[in-house]
Amino acid sequence: MSDMTGEPQGTEAPKPEKKKGKWSRRAFIGAGILTGGALVVGVAIRSGKPSERLQKLMASGDNEMLINSFVKIDKDNIVTAVVPHVEMGQGSQTVLAQMLADEMDANWEDVRILEAPGDSAYVSKDIAREYQMPNLKVPEILEPTLDGTLFQIANMMGLQITGGSFSIRGTGQRGMRTAGAAARQMLVAAAAEQWGVPEEQITVDKGIIAHKASGKSAKFGQFAGAAAEQSLPALPKLKTPDQFTLMGKPLQRHDIPAKVDGSAVFGIDAKIPGEKLSYAAVKAPPVVGASITAMDSDAAKAMPGVQQILNMGDFVAVVANGYWQAQQALNTIKLSYSKTDADSLDADAIFARYAKALDEVGDDGGDVETQTGDANASYAKAAKQISAEYRAPFLAHATMEPQNCTAWVKSDGSCDVYAGSQSPLKARKVAADTLGIDLEQVNYTNTYLGGGFGRRAEVDNIVMAVRIAKATGYPVKLIWSREEDTAQDFYRPSATSRFSAGLDDKGKVVSWNNIHTHLFDPQEAPQVPYYDIPNNLVRKVEVPMHLRFGPWRSVDHSQHAFFIESFLDEVASEAGEDSYQMRRKLLAKSPRHLAVLDKVAKMAGWGRTMPKGTGLGIALVPSFGSIVAEVAEVDLTGKKPRVTKVWCCADPGYAMNIDGFVAQMESGIIYGLTATLYGEISLKKGAVQQSNFHDYKMLRMDEAPQIFVEVINGDPERLGGAGEPGLPPLAPAVTNAIFAASGKRIRELPLSKHRIV
Amino acid sequence: MVQTTVNGKAVTLEVDPATPILWVVREQLDMTGTKFGCGIAQCGACTVHLDGTPVRSCSTPISEADGKAITTVEGLAGDDGVLSALQQAWIDVQVPQCGYCQSGQLMSAAALLRDNPQPSDDDIDAAMRGNVCRCGMYNRIRKAIKIAAGTDQADSSAVEGAEA
Repeated sequence: MSDMTGEPQGTEAPKPEKKKGKWSRRAFIGAGILTGGALVVGVAIRSGKPSERLQKLMASGDNEMLINSFVKIDKDNIVTAVVPHVEMGQGSQTVLAQMLADEMDANWEDVRILEAPGDSAYVSKDIAREYQMPNLKVPEILEPTLDGTLFQIANMMGLQITGGSFSIRGTGQRGMRTAGAAARQMLVAAAAEQWGVPEEQITVDKGIIAHKASGKSAKFGQFAGAAAEQSLPALPKLKTPDQFTLMGKPLQRHDIPAKVDGSAVFGIDAKIPGEKLSYAAVKAPPVVGASITAMDSDAAKAMPGVQQILNMGDFVAVVANGYWQAQQALNTIKLSYSKTDADSLDADAIFARYAKALDEVGDDGGDVETQTGDANASYAKAAKQISAEYRAPFLAHATMEPQNCTAWVKSDGSCDVYAGSQSPLKARKVAADTLGIDLEQVNYTNTYLGGGFGRRAEVDNIVMAVRIAKATGYPVKLIWSREEDTAQDFYRPSATSRFSAGLDDKGKVVSWNNIHTHLFDPQEAPQVPYYDIPNNLVRKVEVPMHLRFGPWRSVDHSQHAFFIESFLDEVASEAGEDSYQMRRKLLAKSPRHLAVLDKVAKMAGWGRTMPKGTGLGIALVPSFGSIVAEVAEVDLTGKKPRVTKVWCCADPGYAMNIDGFVAQMESGIIYGLTATLYGEISLKKGAVQQSNFHDYKMLRMDEAPQIFVEVINGDPERLGGAGEPGLPPLAPAVTNAIFAASGKRIRELPLSKHRIV
Repeated sequence: MVQTTVNGKAVTLEVDPATPILWVVREQLDMTGTKFGCGIAQCGACTVHLDGTPVRSCSTPISEADGKAITTVEGLAGDDGVLSALQQAWIDVQVPQCGYCQSGQLMSAAALLRDNPQPSDDDIDAAMRGNVCRCGMYNRIRKAIKIAAGTDQADSSAVEGAEA
């Protein structure tokens, strides 16, 4: 299929018309030629013997398959990068294509981007690998046995996810670059064969293959077919940073033009060709886990446009000929709910529960996460003892686009589903499971996401929409109100964390003891191995909560960064030491971290005399493979606390698109600042109290600080993420700045709970 | 029955006059550039112009558009499809991330620049604070407005930021 706007051919293992390339023992590149003469190159796997630990997860034995189709080159020289990640504003689709095109030496103007479908061919094997074995470097990543195992695991998990700041460092570094380099090598080999010249004498630049001595040159398209005849390179050579032509450059994002003229299609904009849509508004019980025991919908039935009122037990849906009509009718419906164990819970009761659990485990109980030396013994004889308790609240994601999904269950039992999901394959699978049909009977279309932040890794919207569509039999677009979106989220969990630290008589930190509630992910979030503290004990205790919780931008780092970096600031203060200088000493054995810290301090002019009522605060947090330090400047001289400037230095290994990376730092800072200032989901009688932007506030233009970002490319072979790491240092940088400006120590977020000015 | 014009085209609508402009534009006229964010005029994602004035279309009934002109994001570019200077600045600065709020941001900014071609920072704050961007691209929005206004200064460096 030479039409690059068509479906990618990688949805199943592509069936090459002819393929001479022989699988070597370590072969992992697959290639074929598609109808119309387009070359397709992907990453193949050969699963070998999995380790014993992983064997039980394997679904089958040895096999070979083409699992990914990352690139197509057609006869018109168009290079299509098939990217297995969704676009929610993080820009990774462009960067993934950029990485592939650079390795190919393709002409960027001729590169197109196609989002891979929600299909098992595009499971995030590379993410599974990055997650399992983050320290492997190229070319060890090409080792096939592990690939096979991880593919199986990823497949079983339905893992085709965009999240964890993994797209570039996982799929990009391990998949797109390899496929691009392989495609280039095969094109060169094809040209060499036809021209009768050595491969080494051939150059490739911007999609032109050339042999200088003979004056021969050709565009990619001319050899697209012949390239597929070439042997598959087992280990294509990847570029080093000095050879990059596109990687690192601030190339413009492919999705932006459609986002300035209104043409970008989000889930809420989905249309089903030739079909008239009906619209559903929904309401679920305010207390999670309750069910509907009675419904009075007499008034709603009589309202204009109303087609059906569905009591689904766990929610009510009004289906009408317009969303507004549906929501107006829904607003008149009176519901009664069953009782639950959580009916009496309020926010304070949850924190009391945490306190009780923490009290019970004391100084050395709970599940040990890290233990070096003897923190308790060291603390007991410390010259100075410091302890504190910190709290962070539940948070909603508040994506700008409320939850929605469009579904049509047809008379033949198949289903069309449209949504913007961070997990397209999971969305498709859950639609099939909900309806009791095969995966192949679900025709799933993923759109742009109007914000993800982890919320759209959940698929509750999909389940709801297909249940409604099953009940109606006609196409329905489900849209949640903002109130429903706020009250029925998968929340960032609240948490309490207790610390004690000991200083010796020279002011050196000799012990660190932390016990905190709950741990979700990533496991390293509460740990501080980069700080040189000889006695270290980090523990957790599980406490049940009835609210649904889910990943929220930077996940557990969002709480633990605030806890750790604020407490460290207290320790510095108690030691009578400058908090930047104390961190410098603690980072003596972590040179990359230290470089980031030093850079941000220099950017911010750390140490300068600040006007009365203003202050600087500093924090450093490595997360998702990137090291980020931030300095916040606060001004407490006005009517409310104001963060005026934020300086940020990040080391992501190598920023593959520098402007895109900077944009993610800016975004993480504002998202983090919103939570720091205002973010709190609270409970009353088990129900979420917040409903819309008037009581779940967002940072606005007039409150946005100036942001200055610098990037250090500290290790091009080990990439870090971008979407999340900018967020964690922000809260402690701000609260530490408040301490510097006022002497007030903030141990509980958000700031709106405190009288600061 | 409501008679209005949308992006210069006259339309006659058989709808409940209480229906917000947002839903009429999206569902009756099939123009989905205007977005639903909150439904209570708190986020600005639904901003359109009514006779040139920015309004929150989620909370403005279509009856108020009777005899008036509605402009949506789809009407910002010229008839020839050439983007407005503001839209081009949005691309040059790479403003959007998820992009969902950007139609509303652009409509608020377009109205600001028409009434106040060289707005100060305070003017920008006042005109734009009704528009939430959850991806936090406020600094880029400010920069793009200034570029379109011709008032953008060269990037201030980080060190200047510290010394300011």
